[in-house]
Amino acid sequence: MTGVLAGTFLGIHAAYWNATVLRLVLALGLALTGAGTFVYVYLFKMVSHLQSRLGPMETGPHGSLQLMAEVVKFIQKEDIFPRKADRWVFAGAPFVVIMSTLLIYVVIPVGPRGVVSGLDVGILYALAVSSISVIGVLMAGWASANKYSLIGALRAAGQLIAYELPLVLAIVGVVMQAGSLNLQTIVAAQAHFKLFGVGGIGLFVIPQLVGFFIFLVSAQAELTQTPFDMPIAESELVAGYMTEYSGMRFLVFFIGEFATAFALAGLASVLFLGGWWLPGMGAHWGHLAWAREAVGTGVMFAKVMLIGFVIFWVRFTLPRFREDQLQAFAWKFLIPLSLVNILVTGIAKVAAHG
Amino acid sequence: MSRLVPESDAGGATVTDSGEAAAPSARIGEVVDGLRAALGDGLIAHHYSARDAWVRVAPGSWREAARVSRELGLSYLSFVSAIDWKQAPGLGGEKLWDPDAEEGDAPGDGPGRWLTGVAGGETRFQVFARLHDVVRHVGLTLKVDAGDGPDGPGGGAPRAESWVPLFRGADWHERECWEMYGIEFDGHPGLRHLYLPGEFEGFPLRKDFPLLAREVKPWPGLVNVEGLPGEDEPTESGDVEPE
Amino acid sequence: MSVSEQQKAAYVAGQAADARVRFELETEGMTLNIGPQHPATHGTLRVIVRLDGEQVVWADPVAGYMHRGYEKLCEVRDYAQVTTLVNRIDWLGSFCNEVPFILAAEELMGIEAPPRAQYIRTVLFEMGRVANLTLFLGDMAAQVGALTPVFYAFRDREYVLNLIEAATGGRFHPNFDRIGGLKEDLPKGWIDETKLVMRKIRHFCDEIDDLLIGNRIFEERCRGIGVIPRDVALEYGLSGANARASGIDWDLRRDEPSVLAWKDADWKVWTHPDGDSFARYWVRQQEVRESTRIVEQLLDGLPSGPIRAKTPARIRVPAGETYVHTENPLGEMGYYVVSDGSPGGPFRCKIRTPSFSNVSIVPWLLRGVYVPDVITILASLYFILGDIDR
Repeated sequence: MTGVLAGTFLGIHAAYWNATVLRLVLALGLALTGAGTFVYVYLFKMVSHLQSRLGPMETGPHGSLQLMAEVVKFIQKEDIFPRKADRWVFAGAPFVVIMSTLLIYVVIPVGPRGVVSGLDVGILYALAVSSISVIGVLMAGWASANKYSLIGALRAAGQLIAYELPLVLAIVGVVMQAGSLNLQTIVAAQAHFKLFGVGGIGLFVIPQLVGFFIFLVSAQAELTQTPFDMPIAESELVAGYMTEYSGMRFLVFFIGEFATAFALAGLASVLFLGGWWLPGMGAHWGHLAWAREAVGTGVMFAKVMLIGFVIFWVRFTLPRFREDQLQAFAWKFLIPLSLVNILVTGIAKVAAHG
Repeated sequence: MSRLVPESDAGGATVTDSGEAAAPSARIGEVVDGLRAALGDGLIAHHYSARDAWVRVAPGSWREAARVSRELGLSYLSFVSAIDWKQAPGLGGEKLWDPDAEEGDAPGDGPGRWLTGVAGGETRFQVFARLHDVVRHVGLTLKVDAGDGPDGPGGGAPRAESWVPLFRGADWHERECWEMYGIEFDGHPGLRHLYLPGEFEGFPLRKDFPLLAREVKPWPGLVNVEGLPGEDEPTESGDVEPE
Repeated sequence: MSVSEQQKAAYVAGQAADARVRFELETEGMTLNIGPQHPATHGTLRVIVRLDGEQVVWADPVAGYMHRGYEKLCEVRDYAQVTTLVNRIDWLGSFCNEVPFILAAEELMGIEAPPRAQYIRTVLFEMGRVANLTLFLGDMAAQVGALTPVFYAFRDREYVLNLIEAATGGRFHPNFDRIGGLKEDLPKGWIDETKLVMRKIRHFCDEIDDLLIGNRIFEERCRGIGVIPRDVALEYGLSGANARASGIDWDLRRDEPSVLAWKDADWKVWTHPDGDSFARYWVRQQEVRESTRIVEQLLDGLPSGPIRAKTPARIRVPAGETYVHTENPLGEMGYYVVSDGSPGGPFRCKIRTPSFSNVSIVPWLLRGVYVPDVITILASLYFILGDIDR
């Protein structure tokens, strides 16, 4: 992948390092914008309408500037530091979490040539890097010198580790069908996949429906959203491992949570819904290449919002699992199901080719 | 010993001694008879009203009364509480006796002169409890004398037997009685404060424990109400006609 | 020292003693303090819990943060003034608190309220029950993690509170019952409005059916959790829906002869054999539906007539004792009123509140339970702090 994002859009061909910095800045911007959009559309507005109320309406038209207000509010808060807290661990935990999230954005393709780095181990890298957040969570719970936080962190660690497995196994079917771990290749594979001989509807969500379901459920658990939100069960542990964090540090956790949501939704839409591709976008558009990038980005964004909608809808509807029920669900149901999915995909693939 | 003198025979519990009124229902009569058969002399008095029954037992038979009642079907513990029959000093309002009488003459003032309720009573403190039969739908109030407390000879704490070995729910009720009245329950696993903070001094529901708010401001019913100009003065202080 | 200084000194000593107790408890395992400020406990209840891993080995609820000394206060108040006080015991269904006290006073005085008043009392009583229990349905869902039904509960409860306000003047504290009847008659159009609202409440119950009763996660969280056997329930004095969920077929509205109008409506008592948290939730949901039906039937058959019997200008209750109890939303609430015949207030007014007994079972119930189940169990027992602490 040698295309330069900046070069394609702005006609500027820049040196490798400059281009990389530009791409990273844009990826960071994407992460923050994505998190912000999720927060506003889903956390402020959609949940309010689900709960027959309006949500923020004062700040800006329909509360659209609420995010600004929230950010300013968090920034100007006092930096509270529990006396018994372990200083460096306490301070470092939010940054470990957000670092693991931002690293996922390195491989998410938002357009035909819109990706920071087209790693050939794309999806494996993304999932591996997302599991670093477990360390951050444990650091937060331990360093807070608070029993509630400790309980929350231990629950979170157990849950995140348990649901990593179904998350990874769910995409094995996709990888087998696409034949590559590279995310742009997976998109291309969906563009060319013929389902029952019909092209153009080859999104992997159809043959890999089970995998899609498992991925979404595991993503919900990775995000510690209800029904898997034991670690931050508000009515029990106040805020779990995040209890002692306030102000800017809490904002970092918060952004991390929603940036991860956006990233996982992005991965889901790339793996199962075809990413930036829609029928008709496979071919190059000649001198309208820039339009192809823009439309691709728009399509990707729409798909991410769709998956986000499902994630948050489930979050605000279902009650939460107890810790042991949660673990049983992962180990006794999701993992065997994903293994069966892999088996069936493998058999089908060999049968189709043989 | 003064009894609460009812002004009329209407509705409420009229005060009679054992055996005069008929039981309001056959079932209640059976229960009281069963208690009398089991306790013998332990059952000092009983009383019936139009729909309810009271039984007063001797202090040594308190727990036994609970056990027998439970066997008779009254297995639901409604509450265990206590009552202090001393008249509260200085609260204002009319009282039954002559307020100018010498201290020591008025009823409700000392041993041998306590006001008592239905089924009688000989001491200042009485513990009473309510049991209910959820199958045959009868209830019974049991009472026992707990002693005169600081007003009595020796001045010790009022005492009663604890029901906790029989009804585990009595735990909290007895803790509250101890906390509010100072009544010690023999056999209770650990009498400690329920509502009041750690080492609160005093027993609030005793009649001689002053209510701070009333020290500061007398009973609102005593406030003089002046009529409007041209109207008659009200007949007594605090007399306001309801609408 | 004056009394107030004495009390201040005792308070400070109390805080020191509490701190000592906390320190002494930190010997083995982890001691978790749930409350008094906590999103889950319904008010200021503190539950000290000693854990071994995620299981509870010892639990002790500490009540009294809201103790207002009602029994002492009742002794220094007029019979009419006591209703104002007593509204605030169970503040979610607060008309229900006034009724047994007024009935006790009426019994001692030998006064009978006219039939219209008894009907309307029953209607308002049942509406208090609906207001109280709909909040429970939403609130327990929130404790279990479903964050949305609580909003629907508050939204639909608003209609009921508006009606109560239209009739009595107070959303939360009506202070409407008087010895001999009620303060005023119903406003015009209230009856039709109430029937509409009762339909809305039934619709809300159906929503709860869809969202929660049929939801597998909710069932897994609540079934088999906090099982209370029948005999233990009776020993501890559990009443109301808690008792009926343990299979005790007992409802004071049906089983006690009462001057109120429950016998004039056709309704059913719901019980459940399991005795777990799900049973307690389910029974209360059915009770809400049943209450709406009672209200509709009674409003259809509302007799006309005066709203208050003739009572003397100065209420003076003759000497005597009586105990009146009713089936309040939280359980059996009763007033043991002792009158010494003097004008003024009761000589002794023992207030038997249901939540007091319901919470006394917590130490027995929480042993061996997981921490998240502690919240489910506390939520399903459903106590209101004003009811525990008086």
